[in-house]
Amino acid sequence: MSSEGSSGPSTATSAVGRKKGSISAFLNNSYYRGIIFQALTIALIVGFVWWVVGNTVTNLAERNIASGFGFLNSTAGFSINFSLIEYSEESTHGRVLLVGLLNTILCAALSIFFATIIGFVVGVGRLSSNWLVRKLSAAYVEIVRNVPLLLIILFVYIAVLQVLPSPRNSFSLFGDFFWNNRGLVTPQPVFESGSGLIFFVFIAALVMSFFVRMWARKRQMETGAQFPVFYTALGLIIGLPVITYFLAGQPISFVFPELKGFNFVGGINIVNELLALVIALSMYTASYIAEIVRAGILSVSHGQTEAAYSLGLSPGKTTRLIVIPQAMRLIIPPLTSQYLNLTKNSSLAAAIAYPELVSVFAGTSLNQVGQAVEVLSITMAIYLSLSLLTSLLMNWYNASMALKER
Amino acid sequence: MANERTTNLYTRTEEVVVWLRKNLFSTWYNAVLSIVSVYVIWVVASGFVNWAFINAVGFDGDRDTCVMYAKGACWPFIEAKWSQIIYGRYPEMERWRVDVTFLIGALAVVPMLMPSMPFKRANAVFLLVPYPILGFFLLNGGAFGLEPVETPLWGGLLVTLVVAIVGIVASLPIGILLALGRRSEMPVIRILCVGFIEFWRGVPLITVLFMASVMLPLFLPQGVTFDKLLRCLIGIALFSSAYMAEVVRGGLQSIPRGQYEAAQALGLGYWKMMGLIVLPQALKLVIPGIVNTFIGLFKDTTLVLIIGLFDLLGIVQLSFSDPSWSTPQTAATGYAVVGIIFWIFCYGMSRYSQFMERYLHTGHKR
Repeated sequence: MSSEGSSGPSTATSAVGRKKGSISAFLNNSYYRGIIFQALTIALIVGFVWWVVGNTVTNLAERNIASGFGFLNSTAGFSINFSLIEYSEESTHGRVLLVGLLNTILCAALSIFFATIIGFVVGVGRLSSNWLVRKLSAAYVEIVRNVPLLLIILFVYIAVLQVLPSPRNSFSLFGDFFWNNRGLVTPQPVFESGSGLIFFVFIAALVMSFFVRMWARKRQMETGAQFPVFYTALGLIIGLPVITYFLAGQPISFVFPELKGFNFVGGINIVNELLALVIALSMYTASYIAEIVRAGILSVSHGQTEAAYSLGLSPGKTTRLIVIPQAMRLIIPPLTSQYLNLTKNSSLAAAIAYPELVSVFAGTSLNQVGQAVEVLSITMAIYLSLSLLTSLLMNWYNASMALKER
Repeated sequence: MANERTTNLYTRTEEVVVWLRKNLFSTWYNAVLSIVSVYVIWVVASGFVNWAFINAVGFDGDRDTCVMYAKGACWPFIEAKWSQIIYGRYPEMERWRVDVTFLIGALAVVPMLMPSMPFKRANAVFLLVPYPILGFFLLNGGAFGLEPVETPLWGGLLVTLVVAIVGIVASLPIGILLALGRRSEMPVIRILCVGFIEFWRGVPLITVLFMASVMLPLFLPQGVTFDKLLRCLIGIALFSSAYMAEVVRGGLQSIPRGQYEAAQALGLGYWKMMGLIVLPQALKLVIPGIVNTFIGLFKDTTLVLIIGLFDLLGIVQLSFSDPSWSTPQTAATGYAVVGIIFWIFCYGMSRYSQFMERYLHTGHKR
């Protein structure tokens, strides 16, 4: 309650110490008015929920719709054309949920990766000293941002990817990759015994690079001597697994796709639905990220750049060490919301039938079992938790980047 | 004379060379970037011109010519479907009603958008109260001797505009109330508002629309049926008001405490303080954010096609299935036209917001 309500000067004294006079004085007291107002609100909401729940129960009984989450264990009976885990028509609706969730995460992660790259390139491009690059980046942002995402997705899927040639006349890239109206076919790696070792070495190299970075930082703090951390880490992360690969007797081989009959056999088929979604989502979100990046860089005062130059830093180092770290403080919070939006927007896949959460679970499964309340609550709960998780991670990163004032 | 002209020409060329050097070829990598950019522009522009004009089938052709020259846009398709793109399946005899509604709307909106026009308050009141009622009766019919036209027949740009305008008109006041609630000192109100905002912002619009189309009928008493369009409007209004609330909250947070204190010192109550002092300043500060939300909402109206309403995009998508117009370029042409229509609206809104921002920049700019 606002302590200086319309109750006049008497409210200046504390509400507790006031003598309770007539009813109008009581109603004019902002403290009690606040309590009454809140109680009324609660009563209204409880009543509304009561009414909705009552209606729903009656309606469900009337239409003979079962309730409860038992349907998650019943057989789904439909096929899904793209799945990261084992799935067959005998799988349960619970499995459908998992397949959809993994496909959502895959598509969101890929799109976030590409959107960030394109967005940073275009955002920096808008501040380039090159007139053409500047105008080109601006045109990209203004065109893509003002067109609905769903239109871009449908355009890429129907007008671009579906008019690709049939598998027989696929575009061939390097002779091992094929692109046709069903998707992109790539060679499939086969992991034989010993390939686990390569993976283990790769992880070990990552950990080692981390320690090298820590050691180099400590050494620079103490002695001022710099150490080429980037090249060392690159050598460790690429070199060690490659050496292990040859030492272990080349345990990873590839199954190359072959055209048999009307379609390819072997290899991995990345369906066009996923491609269309990733292309459209990353292009669209990139146009927003570009503006965020531009605003972030513009916010770094020119004095910082000048100070860096006068210390003798090269333009590249100035950007990397002085401008970008300061710009990131402004960039990260809105960037987080863009990542969240992208994840939620991946639900538009329902329009082109890429089998993600909304499309298979809130679409096909819902149609089969008819339990709208349960299915939609699960779907919404998953998106809510994904949102919360992403913002937690990004807030944590943000806190580590934020201005530390002592 | 001749001498002067050569000097002029000489300085002009020199200026151009200096400009090119400075802006395109300052360093070797800038030169490379320039050449790459020219190439990209050439590929995109020539590709588009070839597709839209040179290889295209003009309005004088028909479907057969579209199939024969399947390399560029098929404009006869747009010509044949144009009235559907605007009105959907609205009965042809009654389309004048849509035109009248559009016309009155345009006549009321244009002076509203021009800062120099007088009678702003009357204009706004007309747009917010009599116009929606008038529009409803004109479009829906069923009174004043007008033939009823049920909403499943509505479509195309009509549905897009109805959904967008209702969403915009509803989301601003609800959003403002939610933003005030979020900053309220009453814990119950605050928690309710925070929960409401975070819920709608955390879920995708599609699930909201699914909820509106599948779950909402379950929530209502038996026998009460809601129009599908209306259900979808409710979903969109709730969804966008949560976004609007966050934009307004940003504005409220940026108003210094002194403004609140000054209002209270004048003896203004809560609503007068907010309505006369705080909100006008806060809303002015967040005009770009509000317009961005409007643009987002306008683009999001396309999602209604997923629950089976035929908006601009939905109706074009539907017309692809017309067998008499199935040519290889039909889809691309249809999408291009829809894209251009949306682009004009959204780009127009963003330019207008930039203009208003400059226009209202009173006393902040140094």
